[in-house]
Amino acid sequence: MFAYYFELGLRSLRRNPALTALMVMAIGFGVAASMITFSVFRAVSGNPIPQKSAQLFTPQLDGWGPQQNLKGEPPDALSYTDAIALMRAHEASRQTLLYAVHVSVMPGGSRSLPVGANGYAVYGDFFPMFEVPFRYGSGWSAADDDGRAAVVVLSEAFNQKMFGDTDSVGREITLNGHDYRIVGVARHWNPQPRFFAAFDNDNFDESSDFYVPFTRALDVQIDTYGRNSCRGNVDFKTRDAWLRSSCVWVMPWVELDSAADASRYKQFLERYAADQQRAGRFGWAPNVRLRDVVQWLEYRKVVPPETRISLLVALGFFVICMVNTIGLLLAKFMRRAGEIGVRRALGAARSEMYKQFLIEAGTVGLAGGVLGLALTALGMLGIGHLFQPQIARLAHLDVSLMAMTLLTAIVATVLAALYPTWRAAHVQPAWQLKSN
Amino acid sequence: MQIKPILSAMRQHKAGVILIALQIALTLAIVCNALFIIQQRLEHLSEPSGIDEANVFVISNQWASQSTDQETDAKIQADMAALRRLPSVRDASPSDSYPLRGSGWDDYIMLTPEQTEKTTDADVYLGDEHLLDALGIKLIAGRNFRVDEVGRIGSRQNMASPVVIVTKALADRLYPDGSALGKSFYEMSKTPSTIIGIVDRLQNQSVDTWKTAYAYQSVLRPLRQDNADGLYYIVRAKPGQLADAMREVPKALYAQNRMRILDPKDGELSFAEVRKRAYDTDRGMAVLMGIICVVLLAITAAGIVGLTSFWVGQRRRQIGVRRALGATRRDILDYFLTENFLISVGGLAVGLVIAFGINFWMIARFEMARLSLSYVLIGVVVLLLLGQFATLAPALRASRVSPVEATRSV
Repeated sequence: MFAYYFELGLRSLRRNPALTALMVMAIGFGVAASMITFSVFRAVSGNPIPQKSAQLFTPQLDGWGPQQNLKGEPPDALSYTDAIALMRAHEASRQTLLYAVHVSVMPGGSRSLPVGANGYAVYGDFFPMFEVPFRYGSGWSAADDDGRAAVVVLSEAFNQKMFGDTDSVGREITLNGHDYRIVGVARHWNPQPRFFAAFDNDNFDESSDFYVPFTRALDVQIDTYGRNSCRGNVDFKTRDAWLRSSCVWVMPWVELDSAADASRYKQFLERYAADQQRAGRFGWAPNVRLRDVVQWLEYRKVVPPETRISLLVALGFFVICMVNTIGLLLAKFMRRAGEIGVRRALGAARSEMYKQFLIEAGTVGLAGGVLGLALTALGMLGIGHLFQPQIARLAHLDVSLMAMTLLTAIVATVLAALYPTWRAAHVQPAWQLKSN
Repeated sequence: MQIKPILSAMRQHKAGVILIALQIALTLAIVCNALFIIQQRLEHLSEPSGIDEANVFVISNQWASQSTDQETDAKIQADMAALRRLPSVRDASPSDSYPLRGSGWDDYIMLTPEQTEKTTDADVYLGDEHLLDALGIKLIAGRNFRVDEVGRIGSRQNMASPVVIVTKALADRLYPDGSALGKSFYEMSKTPSTIIGIVDRLQNQSVDTWKTAYAYQSVLRPLRQDNADGLYYIVRAKPGQLADAMREVPKALYAQNRMRILDPKDGELSFAEVRKRAYDTDRGMAVLMGIICVVLLAITAAGIVGLTSFWVGQRRRQIGVRRALGATRRDILDYFLTENFLISVGGLAVGLVIAFGINFWMIARFEMARLSLSYVLIGVVVLLLLGQFATLAPALRASRVSPVEATRSV
């Protein structure tokens, strides 16, 4: 019976071509607008590390005080002094500090022009904590951190650029005029949004080129290439004065395996802040936070408001298209009141009417979905004109989005058909037959 | 025109009337909010920068060799001398940033040294005595920096500048009575900075929402920063020679010193490109909202055509009867147009409430501005006209129904 009703549906699509085209277009445009904006929203609002996001936390400490902090919230990164103190205390199972760096590299031979490379200064725990996958070699050890070793992990793409597609582990690379021994090459890894460096607002940047030990980077005075936020007096005669200041620029992360560990760590932060208050460094009560990945991304508002507004407007547009479809389906079905009357009089049950018209609506929905799919694909080509390039490149038309487009179109149309179908099923056969 | 019979006829097809009214209501709500977003974004992206945009371009220069602060400063000075010698270049200055860069250095500004709460916030532009001319900004009071006032600082160092030039917006914020020239303020320091000059207008480095409260407030400081990370060169070409200058400048810089990085992708940007990048989100939003508005209006119009056609088809006999009883074609046409008008007015009334509801929600959620009434009025007029035009074709067809129809199919 399904096949028969489906065929009837297809035939009825051809019966009022203008009305049908109108419905198919409304559904197609509505679903395409929703899917295009949804693909962008999905790309920017996803959980970048779902398997571990509940075990990774970024500690925050208020080194600025109630008059200068962020409306009661502590600053979004740590000062150098506090960051090093947390690292020394070693209260978590794994922990890292990090900051963005930018260096110059000479690719092959002294005749070529130098190029720039972006990376992060991190601790060895960074790699296992964030589950960075390795192509060759591995990260470095805690001993390398302590020994301020000149080692480096390259990204696959950067390794390719510098050494071709070879295992470069053990070779040397010169960054900013200093030599580093390559200990690992990471596979392509670029979690989006870049949760671990959300303080810098480079949330949707391309993958970084390399990672060097935090301790080594400080020794050779590689400065932060990311944000640096200060309060109070910022007259610094020397770089050391800046390092000792309350300027925040170091991003800390800790791995805490259970809720109990997390609450213990929070207590540790409170104790640390209280100690600083007693020592006279902080003139205020402890004000600390310990946010996990999801809470941190939410707090930092990494999802651009434009992607939300676009999605909401597109959904509103889709709703209107569906209201439009209800009206047109009503017109389409009620035109056939006479036909319905005959079928009912010949003994077709009301449930048969429901089946027939809902399947017919599903057919319209499918046609709309196919058009929607084509429009979504078209929209993906032009998406660079609608969103920032670094965000637009994250949106893809993959199998799941394609399935979702078709499914949304069919389900929405069938839902829209409920009322018109109910009206059609309740046509009085006697009245119809008489009036004709 | 008799309205009463139209209203009672509507009662016969309540569902269709409600659907059209609802569609018009929702369309009004979305269209006027979308139009408002478009206007806001266009207004944002057309704010003037205050600089000579047609001729200015920016070089992002990074050093590829390690050197002391003094050596770096010497390299910057040599670069500047080389650039200013180029025939296509009018002037150039080193700086820490440029307008519309997307992010940059901003400082709290205080009126007294004891203050912990800021008076206001301002962007910081570093440069030498050529900065004003390189940007092409107009000095409206006081004087420019002298060569002997230009100092230098190394990486992560900072010292308050004893003399500064400020934008008019900042001068007016600090000294609303217009007496800013010669007065001083404290820029996150215990040492005062004295205002020696005021420039007309200079846009901020970032045009993010949070900066709106500090728009056009900037401090220009006579400093070259010997930052290990590198710095920006703001270059102003002679009129009409932008392309030449943009070709010659990188060559001249590499001729000076090859140990530098000028990124092939964004190492050299014309200000037109800077502007385009700074506002791509705004432009994209305006385009997207524009597309949605147009398609939405088309679909709503098509929906009205579809349902009205259906009604005309359903009522051919009644129309025939009316025509047989003496109604003119004009009467039939007016009937359908009036019917649509009544439905539209009902829908628009509901739509007004939804439109403002959405706007209030967006204000709370996205810090949007209050929807201005003019956009709602534009939406109302557009939708009324749209409804009338959409009804016109089916209504004309109805008016052509012959009185003979009354006698058929009985």
